[in-house]
Amino acid sequence: MTAIWFIFALMTGLAVLALLWPMSRRPALATVPEGEARIATETGFYRDQLREIDRDAARGLLAAPEAEAARAEAARRLLRASREPGRTAGAMGEPALRRRRAASAFALSTVPLVALLVYGMYGSPDLPAQPQAERLAHARAAGNDLAAAVAQIEAHLAKAPEDGRGWTVLAPVYLRLGRTEDAIKAYENSLRILGEDAGRLADYGEALVAASDGVVSSKARDAFERALRQDARAVKPQFYFARAAEQDGDRDKARARYAALASAAPPEAPWLPMVRDSLARLDGTAPPPPSKPAMGEEQRSMVRGMVEGLAQRLAAQGGTPEEWARLVRSYGVLGERPKAEETLAQARAALGSDAGKRAPVEEVAREMGLGAATAAAP
Amino acid sequence: MLIEVGHYALALALALSLTQMVMPVWASRTGDPVLRSITVPAALATFACIAFAFGALTYAHVTSDFSVQNVVENSHSMKPLIYKISGVWGNHEGSMLLWVLILALFGAVVALARNSVPPILRANTLGVQAAITAVFLLFILVTSNPFSRLNPAPVEGRDLNPLLQDPGLAIHPPLLYLGYVGFSISFAFAIAALIEGRIDAAWARAVRPWTLAAWCFLTVGIAMGSYWAYYELGWGGWWFWDPVENASLMPWLAGTALVHSTVVMEKRDALKVWTVLLAILTFSLSLLGTFLVRSGVLTSVHTFATDPTRGTFILGILVLFIGGSLALYAWRAPTLRQGGLFAPISREGALVMNNLFLSAACATVLVGTLYPLALESLTGEKISVGPPFFNLTFLPLAVPLLLVVPFGQTLAWKRGDLAAASQRLFIGFALALAITLLAIAVTWGGPVGAPLGIGLGAYLILGAALEIVTRARGKTVGLSLRRAAGLPRSAWGTALAHAGVGITVIGIAAQAWSVESLATIQRGGELRAGPYVAVLEGVLPRTGPNYTETVAHLTIREGGDPVGVIEPGKRFYASRNMSVSEAGLLTLGVSQVYASVGETGTDGSVGIRLYYKPLVLLIWLGAVVMALGGGLSLTDRRFRVGAPALRPAVRDTAGPVPPHSVPAE
Repeated sequence: MTAIWFIFALMTGLAVLALLWPMSRRPALATVPEGEARIATETGFYRDQLREIDRDAARGLLAAPEAEAARAEAARRLLRASREPGRTAGAMGEPALRRRRAASAFALSTVPLVALLVYGMYGSPDLPAQPQAERLAHARAAGNDLAAAVAQIEAHLAKAPEDGRGWTVLAPVYLRLGRTEDAIKAYENSLRILGEDAGRLADYGEALVAASDGVVSSKARDAFERALRQDARAVKPQFYFARAAEQDGDRDKARARYAALASAAPPEAPWLPMVRDSLARLDGTAPPPPSKPAMGEEQRSMVRGMVEGLAQRLAAQGGTPEEWARLVRSYGVLGERPKAEETLAQARAALGSDAGKRAPVEEVAREMGLGAATAAAP
Repeated sequence: MLIEVGHYALALALALSLTQMVMPVWASRTGDPVLRSITVPAALATFACIAFAFGALTYAHVTSDFSVQNVVENSHSMKPLIYKISGVWGNHEGSMLLWVLILALFGAVVALARNSVPPILRANTLGVQAAITAVFLLFILVTSNPFSRLNPAPVEGRDLNPLLQDPGLAIHPPLLYLGYVGFSISFAFAIAALIEGRIDAAWARAVRPWTLAAWCFLTVGIAMGSYWAYYELGWGGWWFWDPVENASLMPWLAGTALVHSTVVMEKRDALKVWTVLLAILTFSLSLLGTFLVRSGVLTSVHTFATDPTRGTFILGILVLFIGGSLALYAWRAPTLRQGGLFAPISREGALVMNNLFLSAACATVLVGTLYPLALESLTGEKISVGPPFFNLTFLPLAVPLLLVVPFGQTLAWKRGDLAAASQRLFIGFALALAITLLAIAVTWGGPVGAPLGIGLGAYLILGAALEIVTRARGKTVGLSLRRAAGLPRSAWGTALAHAGVGITVIGIAAQAWSVESLATIQRGGELRAGPYVAVLEGVLPRTGPNYTETVAHLTIREGGDPVGVIEPGKRFYASRNMSVSEAGLLTLGVSQVYASVGETGTDGSVGIRLYYKPLVLLIWLGAVVMALGGGLSLTDRRFRVGAPALRPAVRDTAGPVPPHSVPAE
């Protein structure tokens, strides 16, 4: 990406040159010969004007009396301008030369400095242009067909926006790409065109939940209700209803709903662990409901890996109070209360009886309602 | 890479305009013409940089480069090419870029106008212009950067607001901005004059073409916006006294006053202090308009996005320029040499009256626009000041002003003769009266206001025509024609512009006769408006490049004979999930039949709103004629050489040329 800096330098150079250009020229004083390009002075201006009036009068553009009046006026002004030598006094001599050097220095420094400073703050010089045509070709070549496919479907839908199947295909892809708003619109179109169906209504609700950062909004609730009307045994709406109750703070209701789901579930159902976790969380009476949609299995195991790592390190080498607090909280959030209790005890032992050091850990313990928090306090 | 180069060009333009701002100050402290002359290449280079940046942004829009946030938010790969281009300024960031592009364009033209503006005045003017450019460039770069990038780039853009997907977007904003921003030159000239402490007839001659050019653009720009609102919003209204419209009307009124007061200054070397104030106020009102429209104080289709930091920044710019210039005015204006006194019955007297009425009208609009905003911010109470207020306050000021216009044209400079002027106008007045009576007789029982308005318009047109006739009248027809052709173009321009006002007045007055009807009809159903009957032939679906449309196919009949077909429709833009109505227009002469579609029933019935609008096109044609008149004046050679004008009328009417016809020094 050196090319772009070369271009910037070239542009800056040209700009500075343009500014310095008039300084390389001799100022026109009253005696400068005609026709030479020069610096405009007041007297020169009125001289030019007189010449122009003569030209115009000769070509018949100005009537004779008008030209006469104009000539008189310009001559009068020329006279006055030449009587004011103060206005052009600074044009000559040593101080003028020094001043022009200062002006050159000013232009030479200010222009690149300001331009680079401002561009440096807001520019992204490393980012190439990505015209759509080029980007699509690139995506296809790289085998990254998702973007290209999306663009293709979008192009198709722009021509035939009443193709409900297209919207149905596109909606979950949007959701995966993180374009939640577009996903919602796509589901809405799909529902409008193809009519309501429990599965798509539930997906639509899920997109709405994702759009409001995990909160089951009334609009989402409405979608789930309609889905349940179509299929009373649909899992997703039931799950989100439980989640909604949990968010409302109605623990009993939430627990009952999760339990119902868990008991009716076939043992190999992929969503069963999620329900169990939710139940565990409720029974643990502690961790606040996650604000993001529940973690996927993959994410969970990754998080667990990180937590285990931290636990091993702390057990072996000890750590700061904050690290201990984080570990306790992690177990709590993962719904593993026994582990959390165990860690809490370890932390108390490791940090000693210094209340200041133990404060972060105790704080977490209180927050999560973990074991004899009050009893152990000094 | 092109986008980043454009971004850098914008930063470079900021640096250049800062230099351009500093140099004239330095030059005036040292009296060095070389430093002063740096402003010229600086102005040209600034324009080149901003033009390049604008080109880069346009390129990004045309190629749907969704790594640019501005493109993502306002474009769509399926959008037709013309809207990809006009969409560049169909959003906040891009429109501000267009704003500074035009600002720099005017600066560059002033820099090149070496033959019509004295060098010191030109350098100071360019310095002030550079200050405005620098502040707005800073505003763009800091709060509304059109070159913000997104990485990774989204696959598709969010499309342009469907209301803006119209050819009007290609024309209305650039014209309006040429007007708004053009007044910055008058402003810069005024500030330069205050700094220099010298102002005379030469200043007036230097500033007048710029003001006139800006005024022409603003006139057409407002008319275009009005016509666009008329056919796009589907209500058939052409002016709503909406705050956004008022924001453009205020600089127009002040600018009109300015165009007239510079004439007085040029001819009589009077009204100097007032003219300078007017130049400051006109641009201040343009800035106020920009603030009202862009800050989110008012919500409208022009607002695009509301962002408090932007509003605060623009408010800061407003305070800086309006407060600064008025403070400078208060400090320096007393040092300006006052011009002579003059008689009330004279052309300059009439022009003062024109200024008085125009500023009063401008003040009423200002109060009507700002009062509700002030009240809401102070007490939280929401009131709406609408047409009743403006009709009651604006019309009583506008009507006497229009009545005086032909008189002002007829009066001589210095000492006019009211009796003689009335005599000359008598034919025009009598003819206008006859037209009024005729109109009343033909439309007996209709609204009274319309024939009166038509009479007023006719009186204005006849007055303008009489002015030319009086000045050109010779012994024979041939001589008269030769003399008419020999009249200075500015005289023709004045007459044309005033006739344009008359044409607009007729168009407005005739709207009292417009007819509206509304009904839900089935296929084959009929709807009547005035002499025209619309028959619904069917409702068809249609597909555009990025929308689907439901079109009502209507045949318009007059007395049983079909005269045309119109297809009003409703467009649905899937990418924005938005519906927009498209009015159907049938132009018959200068009248129009106008239809818009309402709700579509499930049984194939459709709600149709049908209007018959007699002479409606005259409203906008009048504005175009006004602008043409201004343009014609601009081509007057004397404007360019800045020569003082001898008035041929003086020679025609009375004996020897009076000595004061050359501006007094």
